[in-house]
Amino acid sequence: MQLIIDLLLTIAATIWDVLPIAIIIFGFQLLVLRRPIPNLRKIVAGFILVLLGLGFFLEGLEAALFPLGKLMAQQLTDPAFITAGNTSGIIEWSDYKWVYLFAFAIGFATTIAEPSLLAVAIKANQVSAGSIGVWGLRIAVAIGVAIGIALGVYRIVTGTPLYWYIITGYVFVVIQTLYAPRMIIALAYDSGGVTTSTVTVPLVAALGLGLSTTVPGRNPLLDGFGLIAFASLFPIMSVMAYAQLSEWQARRSKQPPN
Amino acid sequence: MKSLKAIFSSLLDSLRDLLPIIVVIGFFQLVILQQPIPNFGEILTGIIFVVIGLTLFVQGLNMGLFPIGESMAYAFASKGSLTWLLLFAFALGFGTTVAEPALIAVAKEAATVAAIGNMIENSEQSMNAYAFGLRITVAVSVGFAIVIGVFRILKGWPIQYLIIGGYIGVVIMTVFAPKEIIGIAYDSGGVTTSTITVPLVTALGVGLASSIKGRNPMIDGFGLIAFASLTPMIFVMAYGMVV
Repeated sequence: MQLIIDLLLTIAATIWDVLPIAIIIFGFQLLVLRRPIPNLRKIVAGFILVLLGLGFFLEGLEAALFPLGKLMAQQLTDPAFITAGNTSGIIEWSDYKWVYLFAFAIGFATTIAEPSLLAVAIKANQVSAGSIGVWGLRIAVAIGVAIGIALGVYRIVTGTPLYWYIITGYVFVVIQTLYAPRMIIALAYDSGGVTTSTVTVPLVAALGLGLSTTVPGRNPLLDGFGLIAFASLFPIMSVMAYAQLSEWQARRSKQPPN
Repeated sequence: MKSLKAIFSSLLDSLRDLLPIIVVIGFFQLVILQQPIPNFGEILTGIIFVVIGLTLFVQGLNMGLFPIGESMAYAFASKGSLTWLLLFAFALGFGTTVAEPALIAVAKEAATVAAIGNMIENSEQSMNAYAFGLRITVAVSVGFAIVIGVFRILKGWPIQYLIIGGYIGVVIMTVFAPKEIIGIAYDSGGVTTSTITVPLVTALGVGLASSIKGRNPMIDGFGLIAFASLTPMIFVMAYGMVV
């Protein structure tokens, strides 16, 4: 019963979030474009499905995965867990090995489940007439997020400045842009922004908060941020790498055997 | 019968999308932390909810969000009024961002950081004012980003020059911005684009690029989200310097 009430509340909150978008769309459509919306019924039905879907999706995450995932982030970063099996009493960055693995795995897994990435992948697949696979793109992005978050966790553990990593990342992106196939560039830049959404942000934020609270010498207010920035930078590189790799493979298979 | 089969297969797709999270959480809980799974029934219900939700979302995407985004792009292109198109772009960027729950949460945290760092007075009122100002700043920056992005599609400029210019802007701002704001600014780029905005904006870009002669939807149509995740970083650092 409680679950149903929560579900209805979540759907109501989603409607509230969508309201400005609906007002802008229908306002411009009626006042500026002044033409009837083609297939209005179908589009309204689609909107309702999106609202219901997001309601179920968020409520399900809230009921099942978020509490456990957040608790896990706390437990894995707990000093008692980190120092287990370490007799010297000094915590090294390598004692956080399970945290890095968790960061990598959860970054990958939440990205695969991210609805907005799925939307972009479906669109890219349509526009490219199938040459960009829905799964290929999603896995490329997920690997980027996984590496990004693992590295971001390492940064919090070692306490190195965030901008070193981000600016180095920018340099890599610029160099890679020179060599990447032209058709992938805009999509790769986009994939940085779409990955960090409904599923990834809450779990990753919990991880950052847990770490910066328990690692000695870190301040959660200053060091807890930055994981999202990593998660939006690295997919740009991994998606360009994916395109470069598929281009290279296509070229190799075209070459006649010696 | 056929549609029943289609529903079943899309439910199965959603379950497959969710499988990695289930595996990761299960593995760490049982193998690494060596603890039992609490409230198993509740978790199972939650997973069923998520699967249903994802399935409905994808259905609605193809029925509602993609077609409306594209049909509006065609309508604006055939109307030929640049002012209205850019105004629409700004309204879409601003309107979808200003009420974004993730942004509201980040703005609140930023106000706490600013108060502790003595950038603003440590009172409820000044913190609320700071958080609200930050929200408006980010929303304006996203509106501005969509305007630039749409303008780029119309002109057919290569995206990399604009993005690299933006990167240089971020680096310059990093040098001058207060240290406390940098982490929040870098994160704010990622949190602004919500699950409903992304499909709409993507459809708008692709629709515009396909309705304008000489534009390639693959090369020119994407990229709006990229701008929307870049400009907030610059604007938030600027906000940190001014306030």
